[in-house]
Amino acid sequence: MIALEPSKKKRPEFINVRVRRQDAPGESPYWELHKIKYEPEMNVISVLQRIAAQSTNRDGKKVTPVAWDCGCLEEVCGSCTMVINGRVRQSCSALVDRLLVDNADEIVLEPMSKFPVVRDLVVDRARLFQGLERVKAWVPVDSYYNMGAGERILREDQERNYPLSQCMSCGCCVEACPQYNKIELTQKSDETEEEFEARKRQAYSEAFVGPHAISQAMLFNNHPTGKSLAGERLDALEGPGGLAACGNAQNCVAVCPKEIPLTTSIARAGRATTLHAIKKWFDK
Amino acid sequence: MAQSNSPTRVVVVGGGLAGLASTMKLTELGAQVDLISLTPVKRSHSVCAQGGINSCNDATRQLGDDEWKHLDDTVYGGDFLNHQPPVKEMAYWAPKVIELMDRLGVPFNRTGEGFIDRRRFGGTLYKRTAFAGATTGQQLLYALDEQVRRQEAEGNVRKFEFWDFLGPIQDETGRCRGVVAQDMVSMEIKSFPADAVVVATGGCGLIYGRSTMSVFCTGSAASRCFQNGAKYANAEFIQVHPTAIPGADKLRLMSESARGEGGRVWVPRTPQDSRGPRDIPEADRYYFLEERYPEYGNLVPRDIATREIFDICVNEGLSVEDDRMCVYLDLTHIPRHELDRKLGGILEIYEKFQGVDPRDEPMKIFPAVHYSMGGLWADYVRSEDGGMEAGAPRNHMTSIDGLYAIGECDYHYHGANRLGANSLLSCIFTGLFTGSSIMNYSASQQSGADDVPQSLLDAAVKTQQDRHDHLLNGNAGSDENPYLIHQELGDLMTRVATVVRRNDQLEEAIKKVDELHERAMKVSLADTGSWTNQNVIFAKSLQDMFPLAKALLKGALQRDECRGAHFKPDFKKPSLTSEDPVERRRQAEAWCDEFEANNEKYLKTTVATWNASTNQPDLAYENVDTSLIPPRPRLYGLVGAEAIEEVWNERAAKKLAQSKSGTGLVGAN
Repeated sequence: MIALEPSKKKRPEFINVRVRRQDAPGESPYWELHKIKYEPEMNVISVLQRIAAQSTNRDGKKVTPVAWDCGCLEEVCGSCTMVINGRVRQSCSALVDRLLVDNADEIVLEPMSKFPVVRDLVVDRARLFQGLERVKAWVPVDSYYNMGAGERILREDQERNYPLSQCMSCGCCVEACPQYNKIELTQKSDETEEEFEARKRQAYSEAFVGPHAISQAMLFNNHPTGKSLAGERLDALEGPGGLAACGNAQNCVAVCPKEIPLTTSIARAGRATTLHAIKKWFDK
Repeated sequence: MAQSNSPTRVVVVGGGLAGLASTMKLTELGAQVDLISLTPVKRSHSVCAQGGINSCNDATRQLGDDEWKHLDDTVYGGDFLNHQPPVKEMAYWAPKVIELMDRLGVPFNRTGEGFIDRRRFGGTLYKRTAFAGATTGQQLLYALDEQVRRQEAEGNVRKFEFWDFLGPIQDETGRCRGVVAQDMVSMEIKSFPADAVVVATGGCGLIYGRSTMSVFCTGSAASRCFQNGAKYANAEFIQVHPTAIPGADKLRLMSESARGEGGRVWVPRTPQDSRGPRDIPEADRYYFLEERYPEYGNLVPRDIATREIFDICVNEGLSVEDDRMCVYLDLTHIPRHELDRKLGGILEIYEKFQGVDPRDEPMKIFPAVHYSMGGLWADYVRSEDGGMEAGAPRNHMTSIDGLYAIGECDYHYHGANRLGANSLLSCIFTGLFTGSSIMNYSASQQSGADDVPQSLLDAAVKTQQDRHDHLLNGNAGSDENPYLIHQELGDLMTRVATVVRRNDQLEEAIKKVDELHERAMKVSLADTGSWTNQNVIFAKSLQDMFPLAKALLKGALQRDECRGAHFKPDFKKPSLTSEDPVERRRQAEAWCDEFEANNEKYLKTTVATWNASTNQPDLAYENVDTSLIPPRPRLYGLVGAEAIEEVWNERAAKKLAQSKSGTGLVGAN
């Protein structure tokens, strides 16, 4: 454990922040430098708050506030993912004192590279959520009426499922994944909003679904009612953009802020799809 | 809706537990739902709820617990400001809600045999709380998010994420016919006609600058309803959670479950003892909650724990640190593996943000603004048996016809102080329960979503477009910065309207907030663009914080009493002082007389109506339905509690006897 305040005496007066900005989709990105006053116990969120409040760059020139996405500020909502000093992570838990230990000169903020930039550090992660739909990540209950208790679940199963269920769809795993490639489409002039949305959905549905979605498939396949869709989930993982796309680089598990055993899930999914394929062959 | 054959269309604003439960239930009942949210619904603030969700259960029943006792604990904990019929309904639904969430796949912690495990929370002596590690809110939200995604895949839900609700659309009769919302990416402003609208937009913690709430919890959606004529109730009741981790950007919650699992709160007996916490022997530690409240110990209700921690630091000068107020919350006596299994999530938060492992070192914590007990005023229909009438269209309808409020942004359930692990319950319960009410309301209307005149929709959009354009271009030359005004508002509110409230400070704050409000209406924006302009979205929400802040301050000023989270030392009822039995008895009688007189005056809901001509809230007071459980003094830890209780019980027995022989009051149970 790194102590938070090892170098109280060496605290800088100012922090330099370099932000990779982009005004809108299709526009060219550019770097902007900011200088803010150092305060104890800052994180990247409070750095961005100060930048928004001062709305001038390092040279004192008026600039628009940097756009970024955030929510809970305690690393459970998954909103504030960005690339900080070259590493994808949640900006709320990126503590300035620790960042300065690694690089005292500046903090570098960039948007995730695997999703289309909306503006500055904000990206469009619709594909991430569509992945959950592709693997039917839900329990197909009959109704939302009270029908008595669910099945008893052994502690061992709960303890296997709970870590997987903590996935907050932040996107760190896919940012780090060499097989998950950016898909960025632009609306055609003769295309309606709906047609454009449909074309995006189609493109997303053929591309790699991502480690987070594979792990969710395994979570629901291990639930007493959820497993009634196990076959359909495995079919989805056997299809294009499914498991076969995984190159086993294992980056996903290394960057997951919730330390979800993603590669274990992928390995389980691999075994399950193999068995599923054999079973389907025998059932023909 | 009756005019056409198209399905009922409902707009749900907010995708936290309440909004998602509502959406899910409405689709089951055949509605098409447009779900509008500031954020992808999976990221809603409900994810921050940690500790659990309450219901009586098979184990507690065998110790004498039942739904009625859950009701009783809730209204006693809430200092009787809760409306009892909705609370009763909630308590009786609670076991069913947990069973449903279990079926939806929530990974609740299990006992060795595979039953749902339970822990104890504040304000009760029973282990009622089901939990999924220390991220119960996240897990409940995900289960609902998954069902809503399923409904979306089936074409029953359209999600509008990163859309900001700007206001209800009302026709000439005042009925709500839909909403106006803005795409936060393209900045397009659009109308959404509907048969009915549900607002489930949570609390308003950001009025205080920093709180335990997420950045979306500005209260602006509720405020926009308020400014359009919806009444707002009990604004002054804001829960300050006893245990949070102070931070520059946010005060991060440290769940009550830490105490539920045996965590102990203490300070060194010597002020700012220079020894490390583990070097301080038992004898030199002051476990002040345990000493002051032997029965409940560390699990007294939140308002009490908060005041005690505040008192220890401010009045007794026993803060652990001298330049920053905090006390120890100690878990180090509990085995590591047990901590990991039951509290892993929150211990990681502490470790990540403070850089200290709370399994080895006691945590340093201090109270923080946490929950809005008050919210949009809403109606309900009392059933024969003292609960809420299932399916009645008026359940949870605000004072605007066709506009419903559920979840944290309603006001009925938690009175003057919410019990831990009741909020997740009230959110899911209100979402599920109101489904049939909304459907019945829609079915009873002569015209519905398809019949809203285009001119009405266009006019509503234009009003919002004008506001938007004015903000971008209207204040040229002004140098008011919305972020700095927000800071000022937050600092002020935190200083005067949290744990301790004094009339002189409140009066001064009201004037100051008026000034800030005027300044906020003239903000000049650094970004005047028309693409993902977070500056203008924030400026609007800032402006809309003021009506709620004003209702809060005025409500607090006019309420000259102590009730739950609202604490005014100048109106505190004293402990009994005499040791002489006769005199003590007389003091107890006087205490009870005063208590009754005070209830006569203040056991009322504060109901605010926004007055656009004065830019101020007008307050009125309404009776609270306490027909099921007669109010009684809340005596946690008071000196002389036994004597007061004795007097009070005699009076209560006498009243009961009178009512039985007389006209017959509603009997309990």
